[in-house]
Amino acid sequence: MKHLLDIYSLSSETIKEILDLAENLKEILERPIPKVPTLRGKLVLLLFYEPSTRTKFSFERACKVLSADTLSFSAKGSSLEKGETILDTVKNLYALGVNLVIIRHSLSGTPHFLAKHLKIPVVNAGDGIHEHPTQALLDMLTVREKLGTLSDLKVAIVGDIKHSRVAHSDILGFQKMGSKVYVAGPAHLLPDPKEAEFFEVKRGCFKVCYKVEEALKEADVVIALRIQRERHGEPYIPTLQEYAENFGLSPKHLELIKEKALLMHPGPINWGVELSYEMEQYPFQVILEQVKNGVAIRMAVLLKLLSGD
Amino acid sequence: MRIVLKKGRLLDPTLGLDLVGDLLIEDGKIKGFGREIIVSGEDIEVIDCHGKLVFPGVVDIHVHLREPGEEWKEDIESGTRAALYGGVLRVACMPNTKPVNDSPEVTAYILKRARERAWVTVYPIACITKGQEGKELTEFGRLKKAGVVALSDDGKWVANSALMKRAMLYAKNFDLPIISHCEDPTLSYKGQINEGKISAKLGLKGIPPSAETIAVLRDLVLAKETGTSVHLAHLSVKENLPFLRWAKEEGIPFTAETCPHYFTFTEKEVEGYNTLAKVNPPLRTEEDLEAIKLALKEGLIEVIASDHAPHSPLEKEVEFELASFGMIGVQFLLPLSFNLVREGLLSELKLLEYLITNPARVLKIEPPSFKEGVKAEVCVFDPEERYTVTEDLIQSKSKNTPLLGREIQGKIKTVIVGEKRFDF
Repeated sequence: MKHLLDIYSLSSETIKEILDLAENLKEILERPIPKVPTLRGKLVLLLFYEPSTRTKFSFERACKVLSADTLSFSAKGSSLEKGETILDTVKNLYALGVNLVIIRHSLSGTPHFLAKHLKIPVVNAGDGIHEHPTQALLDMLTVREKLGTLSDLKVAIVGDIKHSRVAHSDILGFQKMGSKVYVAGPAHLLPDPKEAEFFEVKRGCFKVCYKVEEALKEADVVIALRIQRERHGEPYIPTLQEYAENFGLSPKHLELIKEKALLMHPGPINWGVELSYEMEQYPFQVILEQVKNGVAIRMAVLLKLLSGD
Repeated sequence: MRIVLKKGRLLDPTLGLDLVGDLLIEDGKIKGFGREIIVSGEDIEVIDCHGKLVFPGVVDIHVHLREPGEEWKEDIESGTRAALYGGVLRVACMPNTKPVNDSPEVTAYILKRARERAWVTVYPIACITKGQEGKELTEFGRLKKAGVVALSDDGKWVANSALMKRAMLYAKNFDLPIISHCEDPTLSYKGQINEGKISAKLGLKGIPPSAETIAVLRDLVLAKETGTSVHLAHLSVKENLPFLRWAKEEGIPFTAETCPHYFTFTEKEVEGYNTLAKVNPPLRTEEDLEAIKLALKEGLIEVIASDHAPHSPLEKEVEFELASFGMIGVQFLLPLSFNLVREGLLSELKLLEYLITNPARVLKIEPPSFKEGVKAEVCVFDPEERYTVTEDLIQSKSKNTPLLGREIQGKIKTVIVGEKRFDF
């Protein structure tokens, strides 16, 4: 593995390797002094062109546990405001001796663009409406930990599938590992038949549902997505209340899903919209576990990309 | 000064000529042709054209020369040099320059620069609306006097239907053709590539076929209502075909155009976020490509143009969504189009009709031909020669084409324009 750009280009073997490694690394996080010298002397560049809380801190934490140094960039106050192109920015930062770049960007394909032009590994921390591979990896780790397997599960994803990079990575990842993925939400925010052809990794393992109930029925895992009323200044949802009533998940849905089915959310959550307030009390809600596993996954990715060079 | 082109296959769609024989040029003008022309005397150049095709210059109705305003991408000299190398001896240039060509002054400037520096004849196209903004009509009459041959808002469809109807009616006063870039901007909003499997894979907003077909249908309906012919630029999707057939049956005045990239490439070219393949309308699917070929075969589309759109690395070596749309193509219009002959879809003569006679008819100009007494605009084309497209070979200032590094077949060997002869 040279870069981590998307789930699409990972084999199920590689995904399994990363999950196994992360599982082993989790132990370090439980130690009284959670720090190992493995990546001492390595310099990691965190390039966040888009606001991020958990992903950025999660990567930073992963670097620190592994003793890698970090340089952090935020678009505000940088020479980006002087009109510098991203390629120039990164080439200059590369000249400072950076060993790896982690990038979050609002434009799809930006990590791929950098990977084409740089000799060091690039990690995609979310690009536009394309993919968010480390989120899918940590989701898979969480599910495997809790349910003991990633095969033959039914995973339901509810929300704005079309614009969700998390959904895209999860759809591909869970299918690659042997599960089925059902998606539901407002129809104009779901993949159309041609797009669905791409998302169907294995025949019969991906389904677009216009009724939330169909997606949830007998589901082992439910992933709710953050909903945004507007995108690019275009209102996609009539009102948030309308969304909550028709597509928000609430206790009434619990009888549809399997007993002990997991409830997940990539965050940040709009409580009362995609998840009703009562759902916070659902005993198999693993939203904070996801955050913890995020650090382990990112440690595993950094190790895989940086050790051995 | 006389030039004899010996033993080539002479093809002239205007005359319906397809004959192996000789063509005689005297003092920069066509003197005659025949199975064998014996000339004697002094000052005679003989060009052996055995195994080659000899035809009049190609007319490319859709190019962007970028002058004035974006000369780092292309200018009238370099753009027309690329045309010359490709056997394209007349070009009509689109008005999306900086400033846009919406005034007699900009038209006059383009024509002045063309007189000074162009290698081939340049015909300016002006905007339909002021500032290409889709709000108010430009001065069709004054633009015509300044030398404009057609009107188009180019990259922008005139979305206001009442305004488009007014333009189509007003154009009648001046016999100016209207060229429409068919794209409903509400459907293509923020779109990057064809909507479908690849757009899902790359996480890029798609441009659906409906964006094109809805615009095509509206323009055809307005052509029917006004009786003014509309030229539909660069068609790319299969959904157009039933409507084009309907328009033919109804006798609606229209002509339709496509570009070599729509029958050569598919959306797969953009995989890996390849900005060189980012073009508008976008490259489509295999099915669309086949449908475009069928439309050419059926004569529903009867003009092939390059939509030559130069962009420098400043516009192309950037994040995909920030990259400009377009690819160069005037130099390779002939070789790529000739694949249609190789595949048996069109005869040589039919193809040349699509490249010479029909575009000239759209612009209401006399096409280059082998009629006695007309200015010599002659190409000698080797349909067999294979070569790799390299940056050095490309005459444009910009090198943005997915053809880079690929082998293509068919090469212009000699071009004669008036008294000038160029050998490549």
